[in-house]
Amino acid sequence: MDRKGFFGNWGGAYIPEVLHQTFEELNTEFLRCKNDPAFWQEYVELMSTYSCRPTPLTYAENLSRHFGGAQIYIKREDLNHTGAHKANNVMGQGLLVKRMGKKRVIAETGAGQHGLATATMAAKFGFACTIYMGEEDVRRQRPNVFWMEKMGATVVPVTNGSRTLKDAINEAFRDWVTNVDETHYVFGTVCGPHPFPEMVAWFQSIIGLEAAEQIMKYHGRMPARIFACVGGGSNAMGIFKRFIPEGGVELVGVEAGGHGIDTGLHATRLSGSDASPGVAQGYKTMFLQDEDGQMKETHSVAAGLDYVGVSPILSDLWEKGRVRFESATDSEVMAALDLTMKKEGIIPALESSHAFVQAFKEAPQLTPADAIIINMSGRGDKDIFTIAHAFNDPSWKDFIIKRGLEYSQNK
Amino acid sequence: MQLEQQLRHSLEKKEILLMTHIVLGYPSFEVNREVIRQMVENGVDCIEMQIPFSEPMADGPVIVRANQEALDNGAKVADCLAFAAEMTASHDIPFLFMTYYNIVFKYGEKSFFEKARECGIKGVIVPDLPPEEGESFLQLAMENEIAPILIFAPTSTDERMQELASHGKGFIYCVARRGVTGVKSVIGAEVVEYLGRCRKATGMPLAVGFGIQDRDDVNALIGKADMAVIGSQTIRLVDEKGAAAVGPFIAGLR
Repeated sequence: MDRKGFFGNWGGAYIPEVLHQTFEELNTEFLRCKNDPAFWQEYVELMSTYSCRPTPLTYAENLSRHFGGAQIYIKREDLNHTGAHKANNVMGQGLLVKRMGKKRVIAETGAGQHGLATATMAAKFGFACTIYMGEEDVRRQRPNVFWMEKMGATVVPVTNGSRTLKDAINEAFRDWVTNVDETHYVFGTVCGPHPFPEMVAWFQSIIGLEAAEQIMKYHGRMPARIFACVGGGSNAMGIFKRFIPEGGVELVGVEAGGHGIDTGLHATRLSGSDASPGVAQGYKTMFLQDEDGQMKETHSVAAGLDYVGVSPILSDLWEKGRVRFESATDSEVMAALDLTMKKEGIIPALESSHAFVQAFKEAPQLTPADAIIINMSGRGDKDIFTIAHAFNDPSWKDFIIKRGLEYSQNK
Repeated sequence: MQLEQQLRHSLEKKEILLMTHIVLGYPSFEVNREVIRQMVENGVDCIEMQIPFSEPMADGPVIVRANQEALDNGAKVADCLAFAAEMTASHDIPFLFMTYYNIVFKYGEKSFFEKARECGIKGVIVPDLPPEEGESFLQLAMENEIAPILIFAPTSTDERMQELASHGKGFIYCVARRGVTGVKSVIGAEVVEYLGRCRKATGMPLAVGFGIQDRDDVNALIGKADMAVIGSQTIRLVDEKGAAAVGPFIAGLR
């Protein structure tokens, strides 16, 4: 990191004055935690007793044989409590909030995993909790909304703009500037104003720290390549961070190709050529925007990747050539998900399935002496409505119709 | 004439000045034109024209919706600049731009300030650009004799206010309370104490905005600030009663 909060040309803290003081306090407290080994120890302890850390690194024997190239390993972030890597960041920030003495947390959420994790953390630590979620995502991710509400959180559907993640972020900021004294904004990804990119990457780096040890144990040396999906970029930064100094490890970020890059209906910031430098949501990065600087609509089958910006840390690593970016289309994602379920009995989230697509494309180019790691950021159970819909599954449809009838008759 | 001198000149005749806010292109440039005419004819001293942005983070529901609809109606930055040039040529009060930093950044800071100067703009308000991130922005504003308006908030410490004031020109925009635009503010003891701190931190005129909605609010600021800012309230008025209602509303504020 160069200038305050900058990673090369990217990052910064473009915040309204009303938040200045709270960011000063947040920076001070974060620095204190970062320099306190006891804090990290407390964090790891919490994650191993409340969540499921260390998460396993699963050898995908059948998929490896199927592709006949590299040995495929899957880092199982789906086995975290609440079913995704999001818990890592949220529990870490929860400890920070306790130290700061604030009593209320708010968060944005796309796929609902970050919202769910935040609602869980709030329940455990006794904080009041409000989650902002785009109306479009509320519709797509109904099961997560249900659990957040059951956990005691208030879920506010956001009806501004494109009604997705970026709009939920704007709305969360509006809440924050209003209730800044008592409230902490649990930012969900490695984006937003400094210190969030650095802080979230720090908490998520636990993924890569574990994966490095595990791959050495199982494979005896560093992997050839690591694949991770990239929305904001938190699971990718989480697994990549430890491996950045390992020159022989190729790091591959996979963005949402949606209906295809040439259709305009996608969310590829770094793998396509549609994005340009901009400043929004508190930070400078590559945004999908028009020539005036207005943000564009994005599209992905995966709500968690449906975002206009991307981590400033990843923009820097992209610019320096340390991370390669690719994209996967919605239909490729469904095929990879199907294959993974059939071959390994594992259900990756639609977001995570993007990483599987690219890994499957590249595994055959490598040899059995090479290992690759796919970061499985979350589990697909939450996507049951979307996945069943995309597979056009007849027995599921039948179930929904019958249940719907039952409900409408008993109203 | 520089913005601060212009405001000081007006303050010789008035107890408190009025600044109003419009969102360019909402509901249309045609209506903007009429609203501005009514504002100027009824004694408004300064107008901030917001160039719409798709992510107006510091604004409340009324202005958020206005931004969105202006963009949906096809308002472009180039249209806003052309309209601004027309307004400054037609009316003899200072006009400012208010927008978010990405609009300036994407246009190019240098080109933006040169163009704004050409359009006769006297100041700019960019709520998501703290001075720490605005070194070249502030420099270019000065070079083009456009006042960069900095913002004080109730959460700003005394030291912070002094730091902010050292980078600003024209006047200081004092946000009356925590939160976003468009929610009524009560000018109570807490605000008075805060404005006292603002006054100590700078010799520049103080404008107070966020939730200033009626004559009582404006009256309450006399002697404590130099300019009252009416934002969301006129947008609401135009939505409900049309542009013709703006004149009488403004006339009734002082």
